[in-house]
Amino acid sequence: MGEAGRTSSPTTGTGNSPRVIRAWQALETVADPEIPVINVVEMGMIADVRESDAGIVVDLTPTFAGCPAIDLIRTEIRRAVRDAGESDVTVCVVFDPPWTSDRITEEGRQKLKDFGLAPPSAKSCGGPQASALEAVPCPHCGSVETEMESLFGPTLCRSIHYCQECRQSFEHFKEV
Amino acid sequence: MNRSAVIDLLYRLADDALIIGHRDSEWTGLAPILEEDIAFSSMAQDEMGHALMYYQLLHELGEPEPDTLAFNRRARDFKCCGLVCLPNKRDWAFCTVRKFLFDAAESVRLAALSESAYAPLAQLARKLRSEKKYHLMHDRAWVVKLGESTEDGRQRMQKALDFAYPHALGMFEPTESDEPLAQAGICPRERELCSQWASAVAPVLKKAGLRVNENARPVYGGRVGRHPEALAELLESMQMVYQIDPSANW
Repeated sequence: MGEAGRTSSPTTGTGNSPRVIRAWQALETVADPEIPVINVVEMGMIADVRESDAGIVVDLTPTFAGCPAIDLIRTEIRRAVRDAGESDVTVCVVFDPPWTSDRITEEGRQKLKDFGLAPPSAKSCGGPQASALEAVPCPHCGSVETEMESLFGPTLCRSIHYCQECRQSFEHFKEV
Repeated sequence: MNRSAVIDLLYRLADDALIIGHRDSEWTGLAPILEEDIAFSSMAQDEMGHALMYYQLLHELGEPEPDTLAFNRRARDFKCCGLVCLPNKRDWAFCTVRKFLFDAAESVRLAALSESAYAPLAQLARKLRSEKKYHLMHDRAWVVKLGESTEDGRQRMQKALDFAYPHALGMFEPTESDEPLAQAGICPRERELCSQWASAVAPVLKKAGLRVNENARPVYGGRVGRHPEALAELLESMQMVYQIDPSANW
């Protein structure tokens, strides 16, 4: 787990009510629409889950402010938590804590890599370094003989790289 | 909190983001190489997202809905700076220089706003700042690459810089909100931001072999709703579909 951590421990934590634990479990079934191998909890997009007077409140911290998938993710979260037995589910988009790539869990990073997408380096300290983008380990062969081809890829969160060793291009999840 | 000063600041930030976002999007399908087509489209998407976030803060302060703010205001109601309004004219040198000057200013501004006493804006600024870094890395690389390319390339970039610079200085047009915002610790004075910006862009322009005209005089007016004619044309195009049926459900 990244530095930012979570305000609540998801499914096994102490202090969480059975309803909150059940909601966290439901959230693990919500896939990231752009990278469907990873769910929104592994992605670190869930900032908090809590009970309110009426039902369950989920705080969602978006990866990129302009992410076009936010509305879809909100809808999917509401559906999943409702399916888990809650009738009143509110999803709040929050920027505190801000999402950073450090919030992606270890399992999440492994899944990104298995998907062929080079995960962000673990300690981004909140931003990219030009030099760090020049030696991104290739997700196919592991070589660091790689070059950054373009800072912008098929989605806002990805850059494009080329591996000199296995001569394949690959995408990298940007550090933010 | 000085509510009207905060609202003025948020309109400036939001409108700058929306209009440069639209200008960036005009390169979609037309940029010189595929990677740049994608880069400008991505940056446009980022800027639209940033504009939406600022409009939402405005909405929380009692202003109309984001869609209404973007698609149902006239040019004179906008508070964006003149630099973002200027047409692209399919001039890659100008657009690269403008983007660099603009993103450098945004970076300086977002760094300052990350410490803002107005907490919702400070939280948002910290988030947007981490995205903006990629824009600036992109712009810096291109300004230097084109400036160092050929004599023709350098001359085009110099011409673009000479044209853009007075408008870029206009990004820091002082407004009546300056003092109340600075005194409340919400946003530093524009002249302070301008001098930080000038020091930030100078080394990059120098590396690119470009010269700043020290006598350039700022072009003001945008922050009080006086815009180049190009903004009205842009809005006509951007708002066309919405205006056909403002009550339509998307």
